[in-house]
Amino acid sequence: MKATAAKLLAKAGPFLGLLVVIVLFSIPAETREFFLTYHNFKIILTQTVIVAIGALGMTMIIVSGGIDLSVGSSIAFTSVVGALLIQKGWGPVPAMLAVILSGGLIGLVNGASIAGLRLVPFIITLGTLGVARGAAKWLGDNQTVNYDASPINSWMTTSDPFGYALPPGVWVALVLAVVTSLLLRNTVFGRHVFALGSNEATARLCGIPTTRLKIAIYALAGCFFGLAGLFQLSRLRQGDPTVAIGLELDIIASVIIGGASLSGGVGTILGSMIGALIMAVLRNGSQQMGWPTYFQEIIIGLVIIVAVFVDHLRQGKRE
Amino acid sequence: MATTAAALRLTGIKKSFGATRALRGVSLEIAPGEVHALIGENGAGKSTLMKVLSGAHEADEGVMEIGGRPYRPAGPHDARLKGVAMIYQELNLALHLSARENILLGAESASLGWIDAPASRERAQAAVAQLGHANLDLDRPAGTFSIAEQQIIEIARALLTKPQVLIMDEPTSSLTLADTEKLFATIQRLRAQGVSIIYISHFLEECRRIADRYTVLKDGETVGSGAMAGASLDHIVTLMTGREVKDLYPRTEHAAGEVVLEVKSVASAPRLKGASLQVRAGEIFGLAGLIGAGRTDLLRTIFSLDAVDAGEVCVVGAPGVKATPRARWAQGLGFLSENRKEEGLMLTQSIADNITLTKHETFGRCGWINGARQRTVAQHWVEQLQVKCRDASQPIHQLSGGNQQKIAIARLLEHPARIFLLDEPTRGIDVGSKAQIYQLIGELAAAGKAVVIISSYLPELLGLCDTVGVMCRGELCAIRPRAQWTESEIMRVATGSVEPSSDPSV
Repeated sequence: MKATAAKLLAKAGPFLGLLVVIVLFSIPAETREFFLTYHNFKIILTQTVIVAIGALGMTMIIVSGGIDLSVGSSIAFTSVVGALLIQKGWGPVPAMLAVILSGGLIGLVNGASIAGLRLVPFIITLGTLGVARGAAKWLGDNQTVNYDASPINSWMTTSDPFGYALPPGVWVALVLAVVTSLLLRNTVFGRHVFALGSNEATARLCGIPTTRLKIAIYALAGCFFGLAGLFQLSRLRQGDPTVAIGLELDIIASVIIGGASLSGGVGTILGSMIGALIMAVLRNGSQQMGWPTYFQEIIIGLVIIVAVFVDHLRQGKRE
Repeated sequence: MATTAAALRLTGIKKSFGATRALRGVSLEIAPGEVHALIGENGAGKSTLMKVLSGAHEADEGVMEIGGRPYRPAGPHDARLKGVAMIYQELNLALHLSARENILLGAESASLGWIDAPASRERAQAAVAQLGHANLDLDRPAGTFSIAEQQIIEIARALLTKPQVLIMDEPTSSLTLADTEKLFATIQRLRAQGVSIIYISHFLEECRRIADRYTVLKDGETVGSGAMAGASLDHIVTLMTGREVKDLYPRTEHAAGEVVLEVKSVASAPRLKGASLQVRAGEIFGLAGLIGAGRTDLLRTIFSLDAVDAGEVCVVGAPGVKATPRARWAQGLGFLSENRKEEGLMLTQSIADNITLTKHETFGRCGWINGARQRTVAQHWVEQLQVKCRDASQPIHQLSGGNQQKIAIARLLEHPARIFLLDEPTRGIDVGSKAQIYQLIGELAAAGKAVVIISSYLPELLGLCDTVGVMCRGELCAIRPRAQWTESEIMRVATGSVEPSSDPSV
């Protein structure tokens, strides 16, 4: 009886959580008029893009049994790289590719160090957290990098210059979520990511090239973080080396709220996306309620603990 | 052993979890200073009963008495205070703390939270002395002791509360024969001191040696009990399974063919010093030896999970490529780990994923996996090996040990391997599954596959293998046809107490 309830909670938890926060914010008089509107949801979705794209990469890493703490710094680094390239006169497409690849490069360094030095991901990425942040400040000469107008700036506006109903960033995130979900569930690469996270010893025993696989996972996730950096750049319209401090914690929280296990082998893209939405709805709703930011921080902190407790219930079921 | 006041008496114990009736009426009586074997297949209710007894669960119905007085523990700690201590199959030690700190854990001698070092030392020392191991260096971290010594530390911890009843769950499952002997001596010593011991084990021969009486559980009920002396093992197995198991080790007709695997003086740091052997198609080759003698290291080195420092592993009929586990699978080798949970299986993943992990890329095109085909293949093995499960997409951690092991073996069958390296394939699984796995190994040999099998359980090796090699201190010292071995002869070679009489290369 208790076990069934826990199981249901673990399965439907993220969905229910999202529903609950939406309903809660729809009731009070302060928010009733604006909260459940098309325009507000457009804002929420746009605000979710950066964390959501980060969560795509993070889901892969966490499912593989790893962690990446350097995401916030990677986003800052890649957005500064983007700003500098645009300043130098690069077109939007080459600049975009360069930004994504610079994120991939940080991921490659992370993956190669983790697999090559056989150190735990926590330590390596704690190191690159500092290195990438410092490099971003160095590149930006310790200040924000400004540039004249670029088409990239319009990828995250809610004013809808293209008539796509939602800004391009949201569509990109949606398409990538579907693609990544299929990648994890239905491809050899994806199943090997789960195998690695579920039991690395078994993966090795079964002849899976675990070293190469780890490097590939971190490098691919790094590309996602680079893309998140691109949208960060588009949103701020400048390269800010001090942006996104601690954002990796929001991203990790999204993945965990979405039902992934920090011990690896468990997690879904759909769950992580809902997790990211829950965080964004909480922020948006709290702002509309006029709550001070410290109150928002407390609420989000508590939500993370509840989510991890659900993860714990699921783990307990295993024995 | 009819005594007036039984040390422990259980009458009509019942316990349900939701709709599952784990215990349907268990009765058990144990005299002071008696070793009582509790026997039953996996799922018969032994663990639940022991949890009820040690206070982890509360019985729904039934009466428990200790020394004639009613006994209703409020929890594990209360159970310990009331005289029931439990030693679990998996050791529960804080490996970084010293042996002494482990023994005293939760029962430190202290005043106002300040640990009374001399008193602690004395109590811990008294406990190990009671077990006949007064010379253990209790200042060393628990992790630096051997498994057998760690077990002594656990038992010493249990003795601190001066229990009347000590429960030991599968205490020998990770011990070598020599360490098992030492454990038996410890048990005899405790028995002489009047401690009653409930001894749970899958090894019936062990139970017969050490126990005075036995009780057999099946489907949550007591189906038989009696004095061990004079009881026939066949009778006990029949009680356990509810069916007659005539011959546990079926002799399937098989004939050895060509040599398929040749190992030439292979060494691998730190343990494997040198081993040479030849295995033929259709041959079952057994590897005996004490734990730490290098048996597992030899198998892992053959499979390239450990590096080959010297010597050579030749797989006949397969191109010599860079040796990795991946290459070994490609050459037709398959490896079954002795450690199902830590290494053998991905517990959170499905049966289908676990069976097909070595060949995911064959289930579709361009890196895409056809999940339906994968499940069909898995379903075939589930039926073939009579795995008890919902369907092939069920996660492994929900299956029993025996069924998990069948899935681990199914991976080798599906690949398909032609040389099977099986490390302790029947460890910790129930008698029914064991018999099935023996049957399967026989069939593999009959079909011309080569099988190398490690086992610490000598009757199994002698019952199953054509050839047995014995390892000692990292070397494969003697290889002979089964007919030339006896259990005691194997032990003599394994413990290094005789010069090997035959040339290892013969």
